[in-house]
Amino acid sequence: MSRHILSLLVEDKPGLLTRVAGLFARRGFNINSLAVGPSELDGLSRITVVVDVEGLPLEQVTKQLNKLVNVIKIVELEPDSSVLREHVLVKVRADPGVRSQILEVVNLFRARAVDVSNDAIVIEITGDSQKNAAFIKFLEPYGVKELVQSGLLAVARGPRSMTERIGR
Amino acid sequence: MKTESPIPTPGTIAAARRTEPEELTGAQAIVRSLELLGVTDVFGLPGGAILPTYDPLLDSTKLRHILVRHEQGAGHAAEGYATATGKVGVCIATSGPGATNLVTAIADAYMDSVPLLAITGQVFSTLMGSDAFQEADIVGITMPVTKHSFLVNKAEDIPAAIASAYYIASTGRPGPVLVDITKDAQQLKAPFIWPPAVDLPGYKPTARAHGRQIQAAADMIAHAERPVLYVGGGVIRSGASEALVALANATGAPVVTTLMARGAFPDSHPQHLGMPGMHGTVPAVLALQKADVLVALGARFDDRVTGDAKSFAPGAKVIHVDIDPAEISKIRLADVPIVGDLREVIEELTSLYFPAAAAAATEGVDTTKWWDELNALRNDFPLGYAEPSDGLLSPQRVISRIGELTGPEGIFVTGVGQHQMWAAQFIRYERPRSFATSGGAGTMGYGVPAAMGAKVGEPDRVVWAIDGDGCFQMTNQELATCVINNIPIKVAIINNSSLGMVRQWQTLFYEGRHSHTDLNTGAGTVMIPDFVKLAEAYGALALRVTREDEVDAAIKTALETNDRTVVIDFIVSADAMVWPMVPQGVSNDHVLYARENAPEFEGDA
Repeated sequence: MSRHILSLLVEDKPGLLTRVAGLFARRGFNINSLAVGPSELDGLSRITVVVDVEGLPLEQVTKQLNKLVNVIKIVELEPDSSVLREHVLVKVRADPGVRSQILEVVNLFRARAVDVSNDAIVIEITGDSQKNAAFIKFLEPYGVKELVQSGLLAVARGPRSMTERIGR
Repeated sequence: MKTESPIPTPGTIAAARRTEPEELTGAQAIVRSLELLGVTDVFGLPGGAILPTYDPLLDSTKLRHILVRHEQGAGHAAEGYATATGKVGVCIATSGPGATNLVTAIADAYMDSVPLLAITGQVFSTLMGSDAFQEADIVGITMPVTKHSFLVNKAEDIPAAIASAYYIASTGRPGPVLVDITKDAQQLKAPFIWPPAVDLPGYKPTARAHGRQIQAAADMIAHAERPVLYVGGGVIRSGASEALVALANATGAPVVTTLMARGAFPDSHPQHLGMPGMHGTVPAVLALQKADVLVALGARFDDRVTGDAKSFAPGAKVIHVDIDPAEISKIRLADVPIVGDLREVIEELTSLYFPAAAAAATEGVDTTKWWDELNALRNDFPLGYAEPSDGLLSPQRVISRIGELTGPEGIFVTGVGQHQMWAAQFIRYERPRSFATSGGAGTMGYGVPAAMGAKVGEPDRVVWAIDGDGCFQMTNQELATCVINNIPIKVAIINNSSLGMVRQWQTLFYEGRHSHTDLNTGAGTVMIPDFVKLAEAYGALALRVTREDEVDAAIKTALETNDRTVVIDFIVSADAMVWPMVPQGVSNDHVLYARENAPEFEGDA
């Protein structure tokens, strides 16, 4: 099994996400993470999906996705030549006794405290999966009360754009 | 504000027409769109949510609506129509159960790449999601089995949705497309603009095949010593039969036609080895196994063809031509992948083959030995059958006689099971679109309604439904539709009193324990239902045949009866089995010619 990042340019139509997600389920592929949002073009959305597959089935799932009428383009992003980011919100137990220790870690990781109450802090961190995972691991001993993660967002490095050749 | 003369002149009327399109209700727009797309026949059954559309349908002089007795019948009829004519088949149903009754036919069309347009009514858009009466999320339900689908809740979106659906269904790899239209969208008015703007930026059905790949294919075929053309249903869908004959004649390569491709290549052609697969001929099965170059043309390496895929055609390089890129290398890695329309690719391949072959001939490439081997297999293992020992009719003989007495201009439609395989084996097909069957989905009950649809599309041809007693009981209600609408199909029930194919597997693989496969319709049983009485109740001409000397006469009576639907109940032996057979999951090397009689074949391929 290997992890692949697919970036899909899709028409923003009702049921689109069901079509994409259903295709993965139907063909037996496991979605590891999913992020959907508008793109820079009107009416087009960008889906970033991380999927665990072998090389050959990946080609098959890409072809099947391409058959979906509302899917306009699919690109596999190579981790080495792409910017990869995940966003995490974590609520950690923090009574006044440990608060400053936690904030020190927050600074080291370039995370940010975004809400503070008597015995908890909400922290946001943005980064690649490994960095975020390391941060969360660090917080675990204090007591993670809630953890919310976004799907992976990814864009290729360099000047070229996935939407360049879309005639719109 | 501009002032205008209150009296309209021809000039002002024409100007108004140019500037202001006609206002139609959504329902009228549905009917008008279908008319403008050239649709002439639709199969359907009305209900609450589609009621508005049935009103203008009554006035249409261009659309013939055929009222079915069950929506599944409408779906299969549209499939039979599409398969026989090559046009898009259209079916209409109401929301909820009406729509869900179409699902089997839609799934069937998806598996067999049948161009099908299914229009369903949906509850008011204001009620959607509230579990309203007869509400079902049919777009959601059919998502895995449609090529695409549209949910329309605005009247002004109807023409574009129908035109897009028709376009998607009929282009590229054909398939079913659903248009679900809310009742309010049917009732409200909107300007009718035709042709509508069809905006499908993500749909690119026509790929031009890569010239270099076709050249590579031509070279590979020219250098093959054991080539086989493995022909699938795509050849029929793309209208490539003539081109295929030219390619076969040019290459001299043996040809096998899958179940979906029966008729794509004439059975009378000397290079035709028959049908491959689980119940294929021994020469066809073994030719694929021993080939060095396999040219897959619109075929998809279905498990019923390959058997155990890992041991399928182990020595072959594969050239795979398909219009659907996702089929290429899905099951079997293609050495030469070619994405494109089959007719175009085959024509180009044929013209590139000649120079390639001339070059190869100087290197001494020769297929004589290959043909010697294949001819020996043909000689040793012709298609055949053993006479039943219980004195009852041989189903294979009955089916052969239907084919022989009807001739190649007829259309033969089947259900699913033993009778289907025998119809594929023992009727000789000479032209494309003369055989309609449920291949991928294996839908019992396809026969009668699909035959009805084929007859509507091809009224001048003799159309037979060759059905089983099990299949017939699933959809025979459409006999009423046939009789009332003067659609005179001929139904041959191959009545072995059982779910014959399941029974065959029980005989072979479950120690003869016939669990729940006896239907009690045939010889020595209570015969419930009595098919003759049933057919008569529907107003059909009904005959029962129990003796061999009555077979021809009954078929001739049916062929001479063109003003009524005919049903013949052939009481056949339940012990007849479909041979040859490759048991499921094993290598095709182990094809059994008949029970416990595998062909010997020297050495390992």
